[in-house]
Amino acid sequence: MTGSPIYREHHPKWLRPRMSTWWWLEKWAFVKFILRELSSVFVAWFVVYLLLLFRAVRDGDGAYQNFLAFSANPIVLTVNVVTLFFVVFHALTWFALAPRAMVVHIGKKKVPPFLIGVGNYGGWIMVSAGIFWFLLR
Amino acid sequence: MAKSHRRPIEPLLWVLFSGGGVASAMLMPALVFLFGLAFPLGWLPATTYEHLRPVLLHPLTRLVLFGVCMLSLFHWAHRFKYTLYDGLQIKHLNEAVNTFCYGGAVVGSIVAGYVLSRLG
Repeated sequence: MTGSPIYREHHPKWLRPRMSTWWWLEKWAFVKFILRELSSVFVAWFVVYLLLLFRAVRDGDGAYQNFLAFSANPIVLTVNVVTLFFVVFHALTWFALAPRAMVVHIGKKKVPPFLIGVGNYGGWIMVSAGIFWFLLR
Repeated sequence: MAKSHRRPIEPLLWVLFSGGGVASAMLMPALVFLFGLAFPLGWLPATTYEHLRPVLLHPLTRLVLFGVCMLSLFHWAHRFKYTLYDGLQIKHLNEAVNTFCYGGAVVGSIVAGYVLSRLG
C-alpha cells in the first residue's frame, strides 16, 4: 500500500479479504473461465506466427523453406500443439456461448438459439473446409 | 473511478473483441492444424511456394487476413487485460496494463497492415 489513505469520519473500514492468486482452482467452471481467458494468449501468438509466414512468402521461396524448417523446430512445434488445443477450446466455447449472447429476429419471430448454434458450427466447418481446399488442392 | 466520463470507447472495444472472437474461432483451428502441425510433421504435403504465393497475393485474401489479424489482436488485448485483472489481481496497474494490451494490439495491427500491403 502506498500513498496516504483518505480518512473520513465515521467511515467504516473496508472488509476485503485477500483472495489467493489461485482462487480459480476451486471450481471447474472457474478453471474453464481462466483457460478461456488464457486462450487469447495463443490467439495472439498465432497472429505473430502468421505474420512471420507472410513475411517469408514476401521474401521468396528460400525464406518460405526457412519458415517451414522453423515450424518443425521442437519448441515451436510444442507451442503450436498447445496453441491448437487452446484455439479449438476457444472456438468450442465461443460458439457454445454465442446463441445465448446473440438474439436474432427474422420479422417478428425470434430465431431459436439452437439454430444460431447450428449456424455457427456449420460456418466453422465450411470455413475450415475452404481453408483446406485452398491450401491443399 | 475518476475517469468514468471517458468510457464511450468501451462498446467499440467490445465489438472488436467479439469480432476477433468469431474470426479467430472460424479460421485459426484449421490454420494452426495445417501450418503448426500437419505440415511440419509431414502428415500432409506442405503447400508449395508457387501455390501459396498467388493465394496470399489476392487482394481479398489479404483483406480478410488483415481483418483476422487486427480483430484477433484486439480480442487478445481485451481478454488478456481481464486475465491480468482477475487472475493476477493487479488492478492497481490499470494504466500500464491497458497501454500494454491495447498498445500491443495497435502496433501489431500496423505491422500486419504493413506486411500484408507489401507482399507483392
